[in-house]
Order: sequence, then C-alpha cells, then structure tokens
Amino acid sequence: MKLDAKTPSGPLAEKWDKHKFEMKLVNPANKRKFTIIVVGSGLAGGAGAASLAELGYNVLCFCYQDSPRRAHSISAQGGINASKNYQNDGDSDYRLFYDTIKGGDFRSREANVYRLAQVSSNIIDQCAAQGVPFAREYGGLLANRSFGGAQVSRTFYARGQTGQQLLLGAYSALSRQIGRGQVKMFPRTEMIDVVVIDGRACGIVVRDMVTGKINSYAADAVVLATGGYANVFYLSTNAKGCNVTAAYRAYKRGALFADPCFTQIHPTCIPVSGEYQSKLTLMSESLRNDGRIWVPAKADDSRRAADIPEGERDYYLERKYPSFGNLSPRDISSRSAMEVCDEGRGIGATGRGVYLDFADAIGRLGEDVIRERYGNLFHMYEKITGENPYLQPMHIYPAAHYTMGGLWVDYNLESTIPGLFVVGEANFSDHGANRLGASALMQGLADGYFILPYTIGDFLGRSGPSGIGTEHGEFGNVESETKERTERLLTIGGKQTVDSFHRELGKIMWEYCGMTRNEAGLKKALEMIPVLRDRFWQDVLVPGVGEELNQSLERAGRVADFLEFGELMCHDALNRTESCGAHFREEYQTEEGEAVRNDKKFTNVSAWKFEGADTSPSLHVENLEFENVHLATRSYK
Amino acid sequence: MNLTLFVWRQKDAEDKGRMERYEAKEINSHMSFLEMLDVVNEDLTEKGQDPIAFDHDCREGICGTCSLMINGTAHGPEPGTTVCQLHMRHFKDGDAIYIEPWRARAFPVIKDLVVDRTALDRIMYSGGFVSVNTGVTVDANAIPIPKSESDKAMDASSCIGCGACVASCKNASAMLFVAAKVSQFAHLPQGKVERTSRVRSMVAQMSAEGFGGCTNFFECEAVCPKEISVDTIAKLNREYMMARIKVK
Repeated sequence: MKLDAKTPSGPLAEKWDKHKFEMKLVNPANKRKFTIIVVGSGLAGGAGAASLAELGYNVLCFCYQDSPRRAHSISAQGGINASKNYQNDGDSDYRLFYDTIKGGDFRSREANVYRLAQVSSNIIDQCAAQGVPFAREYGGLLANRSFGGAQVSRTFYARGQTGQQLLLGAYSALSRQIGRGQVKMFPRTEMIDVVVIDGRACGIVVRDMVTGKINSYAADAVVLATGGYANVFYLSTNAKGCNVTAAYRAYKRGALFADPCFTQIHPTCIPVSGEYQSKLTLMSESLRNDGRIWVPAKADDSRRAADIPEGERDYYLERKYPSFGNLSPRDISSRSAMEVCDEGRGIGATGRGVYLDFADAIGRLGEDVIRERYGNLFHMYEKITGENPYLQPMHIYPAAHYTMGGLWVDYNLESTIPGLFVVGEANFSDHGANRLGASALMQGLADGYFILPYTIGDFLGRSGPSGIGTEHGEFGNVESETKERTERLLTIGGKQTVDSFHRELGKIMWEYCGMTRNEAGLKKALEMIPVLRDRFWQDVLVPGVGEELNQSLERAGRVADFLEFGELMCHDALNRTESCGAHFREEYQTEEGEAVRNDKKFTNVSAWKFEGADTSPSLHVENLEFENVHLATRSYK
Repeated sequence: MNLTLFVWRQKDAEDKGRMERYEAKEINSHMSFLEMLDVVNEDLTEKGQDPIAFDHDCREGICGTCSLMINGTAHGPEPGTTVCQLHMRHFKDGDAIYIEPWRARAFPVIKDLVVDRTALDRIMYSGGFVSVNTGVTVDANAIPIPKSESDKAMDASSCIGCGACVASCKNASAMLFVAAKVSQFAHLPQGKVERTSRVRSMVAQMSAEGFGGCTNFFECEAVCPKEISVDTIAKLNREYMMARIKVK
C-alpha cells in the first residue's frame, strides 16, 4: 500500500493556505444534510464537534464518561504553547515549528507541524474569547512561562489547571451546540467497533454502558478523538478509563497504525509506592522552571535531603545539559533519572526516585511567589504523599504518559479508511518520537477547532452523502460480532480478575518496551504476550451480565484489546533498529548514552496493517522528507 | 489496617437498595480510598460476588467523576479533597466506614454508588457559555483583564462539576455549581454581553431539574473539593436580581 500523505506542494509557510483554497466547500444549505459522528469529547473531539455543529453539520458525539466535561484532557496541568511572541523573546511560527520537529527527533511530518505552529496563535484567541481564564500580568495582558525543550517563553497557562480550563472552554462551545440541538450527545456510551462499507467508514457500533444495549449509528463521516493508549502499561498518568479500543478496532477494520512504539515517559511523576497502586500522578513539567533536580553524588546515601551538603549533590541535568538544564526535553530527563537510579543513587524507599527541589527558588523568590505559581500542585503532592514540599524536596520519577503513535493520517487527518478521521492524541502526526511539553493541548485544539472543520468539508464535498443507514446488513454483522465477543467474555468463568491480567501485561510492557528497549527483551515480550493473552481468554473472570452497568465487562473488553495491541507495539519497537526520541534501543547509543538515530533507514513512519488474527501485520512506510530543517543530532547541551 | 465497610448496594434505578457489610483487610495506609475499594472488589470478584460499582476516572482530583458519601460527608473527612485523593492514612485500624451514593432527587441512582448527574450538564447546555463561534475572534491581548478579576474568574472556574455541593445540601441545591459558572463569566468582559440571558436560563433550568433553593447553610462550601467560595452565590444572586430588574 502506498501511503499518500497528500501534503500540498509549495513553500512550507504557504502550504496550508494553498490547501484551504483548493479544498472543496460544502454549501451552507447542504451542510445540514450531512451527519458526522465524533467519538470522544476531549480537546480534539469536543472542539471538533462544536466547530462542525457551528458550521451546520448534524453531529453525534459519544463519550464513555458520564459527561463530556470529564474527558482526560482535563488532567493536563502545565500549559499550551503558541507562537504569539508576546514576550518579545524571539518566538515565531518557524521557531515553534523548529523546536517541535527537533523535539520529535525528526520523526514527524514537516507540513503538519508547521501548520500546527501556524494555527497555535488562533487557539489562544479562540479560548480567550470563550472566557478561559488564562493567567494575566498586572497590566491585564496574558502571562507566559517556559516549558521543556524550548528557550523562549511561549506557554500560556491557567494556574496548574490549564487542561481543565481549555476543556471547559471546548465543553462550553459544545454545550451551546447541544443546547441548540445541533449536537446530540451520548454520554456513558462506549464505541466498540467501526462499520466500514465499500471501503468507507459509515458508522459505529456502541455499547450503552448503563443498559448494556448494543446500538448502531450511521453517519457520512466518523471522527475518532479517543486519546492515547498509555494504559497498556497498566500504571500510567492516564485516567483509568483511557483505552486503545476505538483505535485498535479501526486498525482491525483496515486503518493503519503508525509508530505504536513511540510512547512518552514523563519525567516528573510521583513515584510508585506499592503493588496496590492503580495509577501514577503527574506533577506538571512547569515545576522544572523553578525546581532543581538532583540526587546524592554517591551511591547508597541514606541521609535526609537537608543533611546532604551542596558539594555532595549531583544536579545531573544542569551538569549534563548546561544550556537547557532542568528544562531538557522529557525523553532525556526521564532517561537521565533512570540512569542515576540504576547507579544506586536513587532516593526514597524504593530507590526509584530523584529530588525536585524548590529550596533555591523559595530562597530567591519567597514562598508566596512559589505558592502563586504552583500552589495547587504542591497541595496535590502533599495530599498524595503526606509530605510538605515547601519544607522538603519532592520525590519524582518517570512514568508512562503520552503516546505519540496512533492511527496513521494524511495531511487532512484522514486515516487509510476513507471517511474515518483521527484527531488529537489518537493520531500519530505531529509529535514524532517525542512530544514537547504543552504541545498536546495545542495539537488537540488545533485539530478540533481549525483543521478538521476544513478537511472534513473537503471530504464531504468530494464524496457526497454515504446514503447508507443502519438498516444495511453490515451494521447487523458488526453488532453480532460485538455481542458474541461480549458473551464470550462473560462465559469464560475463569479464576483471575481482569485487573490482574492488566497488571501482568503492564509489567511486561514496562520491563521490555518501556523507557529503554533491546532486541532480546522485545523478543521475550513477544513470546510472553501471546501466552498471557491465551490465559486471559481461558481464565478471566468477568462477573455479572451484559445487559446492565458492568464495570468489569467494560474493563475486560479494553484489556482484551490491550493484550493484542501490546504485541503490535513490541513488533514496532523491534523493527525500528535505531534510537530516536522516546524510543531508546539500548543497542543504538553513544558512549555518553545519547540516542543514535539511523536516518538512512528510518527517516520514516512505520505504519502497520492488520492482516488477520493469526498473521503478522504488514509494514508500510511513509518516508519523511525534511526540506526545511536539516536532519541533525539533537543536542541540548 | 483492617476496616469494616457498610456500602450501599442497589442493583439498578428500580431496586430499593440496602446497606451491606464488607471487611477490608490488610489495607495499606498509603492507598487512596478508591484503591482500597479496588482491593475489596478484587476480593469480591474472586469470591464470585458482584463487585461494588462506583464512578471514577482520572484519580487525580480533577475530572470530577468520583462521588462518594463517606460517613455522611461528600468526598469524606478531608477538606478540599475528592475521594480519589483521599488516602487511607486519614482512617484508623478497626474503623467502620459508611459509603453511600450522592442523594438528591435530581441525581437518580444508576447502580450501587453510581448516580446520574446529567442534570448538571443540562444546566450548562441552557446557557453556561459565551456564544462565540470558532475562528471569529480578536487577538487575545485585545481583551485586557485586570489580574484581580481574572484571578476571581479562575477561582470560580476551578469547579469540577462533581455535585458534592448538591449532595451535601439539605435542599439538594445546585446553587454553588451554577454560581461558580455565572461568577466566572461575570468577572470577565467576554461574558458580559449574555449575562442577563445566561443567569436566567441557568437558574430556570436548575429549578426544572428538581434542585432545591439555597437557604444559606453553606454546607456546599464546606465539602467543595475545589473550595469554591459561597461568595460566588452572592454574585449569582446579584446577577439574577439585576437580570430580573432588566426584564421588568
């Protein structure tokens, strides 16, 4: 299969404008004849559903939560990037583009990333107009702060609750359209499968999570805005409900899955404390603006932080990367933390932790300033750990966070199934092998507010209505498959709970396909996962029945998909014999432990095609062309 | 630590419901309250019993999904905390803990501890927004806002919509929830154009959903996990009064 990215020709800065002009339009009077399904109501889905409804399309929006306002975008803390250059410190669209391309270790598509930078300023305008209470300077203008991977201050924020405020902005736009009847909202409804007829996405099959009923919905286009798959690791910073099912089902129906092995490990999370733990909590990367990261200089130093004199501390990020220091990108900061812990210099009960220390900043700025900047984060830390971070340094450790991989999409955000669009974290397009901080919110909103409304119009203008309703036999077929699968899960009647399988899978993934990977480990994981999967289908215990609210059943369906998807991730990691960004293959590193790319072989996107349950997926490659940025070794020294 | 739990079990909206007794054994004090329930549920599942259904998602205190009445207090004994951020170190070995769902006419029970809070969404759909279409905006710095006003808007907009205010109010009033949203926009220039229609529709929808009125007991403020102040209710009342005068 030839992957056509449909990148417009012409100079980088003019591509999007040119493309917008060339795209087909749908006459306003005809828009109401089209129905669009949006799955997910986070930043990408909520913004997209609202914007499409404003244009006049009929929108059906689905989310598994009890309200669209609870999508996991709400948990993002730190901020959103935009190349406004309000700080007069040298920012521009090109610099944001450049930082993002470099941050992604040259594994993202230039044209998409440039467009992201271009629309970033509009996002801030849009959100401010909606009443999002961004932080302000005393003069009444917007405030900015800096974030990892950048040397300019381009991050807009709303205390430590930026994701929440931006999501509430999108939710309010969505609410307005729901109130008008232009969006029909389906909360507590989980998409189980996508229906493809004659090669076009024509609708979805869902489970009503309250009644357990399986229903079908038809539409002229389907948008997946279903987030990332970091819960494949069981422990991650994602909400408990985040899952890969929608994306994975689309993959099984013919959409290609791109770069699944690109998963980001976030450097500043609260460390794991015990076996019972259900999730990991992230402390915003913005803390690294003022917090200094260190460990004791010698191994097995069990003194309290306060008792270790300056000279016996190792501020390892400042030492190794003097120009970016504590603001080094996430992949580099995470790996560095792992290295010092591997050397036996980690802190805390488990030895898997490093200090994030605010003593200097409190001395320099005073406690009030620190409280103003990070108060709610400090509060949250104290709640979870029972320790006061104003008095002693925080303990942090890396954790699985964001997934750069996702369904392959072209420049129009359309997958390889015509009519199936994928936005936000669920697609692969903008972050390459590593995402810079404050870029996820930017991408979600860029896709939802400013890109999808154009490209979906082009698709509908070219293709016209699908003319297919749920009475088409294929909907019935997919519904039957869904019901059979549910029935099968409920009747296994084994001994092991769903969560225990999920935890086992998570351990395999973290151990062999986590922060670092190597050939032997990946091969081992590829042997272990199918064994675990077989055991799951023989021995899982799912109580209750299908026709009711059944949380065990919901989780079982998701874990079943993770058990297949984990294997795909390992396949991809094994195939990519280089290190890039967050994908660190131990065989490919410099003597100093830096990633070594293989640009000759891997300046590309690996997109996997499902070839059947018992067959290995086939690999399709999109070559990435760098016409504007020279491929260079990433250096933050 | 070992605990005795009394948990509200209710098969579905039609079922009458009852308290059931469970033992939570060998609970680590670092666990969150929901992790403690996870442990109990794993145990129940393995014993062939139906696990306890409860709502939760982010487990970071921000999505507003979790909703338990613990020993009669919404989100439990710790002030300014959601249940997912409540840790077992705040309980003692041997404690008996009563766990119930939010109780309000506007929040029907779906199963066990899970309630339907879509009434709050419908209030939002009635007017909890600034009417602005995508892409028709001015530069963000063209709308300067004094920091003090912006901070007040931010204080109000930290509401996570969990419904604890409703659950703790003897009138089951959603006043703090509505007040938070109205107050956010009342402090911002963007919200001024629609201030009259917004407050009228939101208050009307609140009554239509079966939420009670506010009689100034301030239980809502006491349990709000985001510590939203009842000052917002004063703001709501002023906005509402102004809106009524304008209409007359």
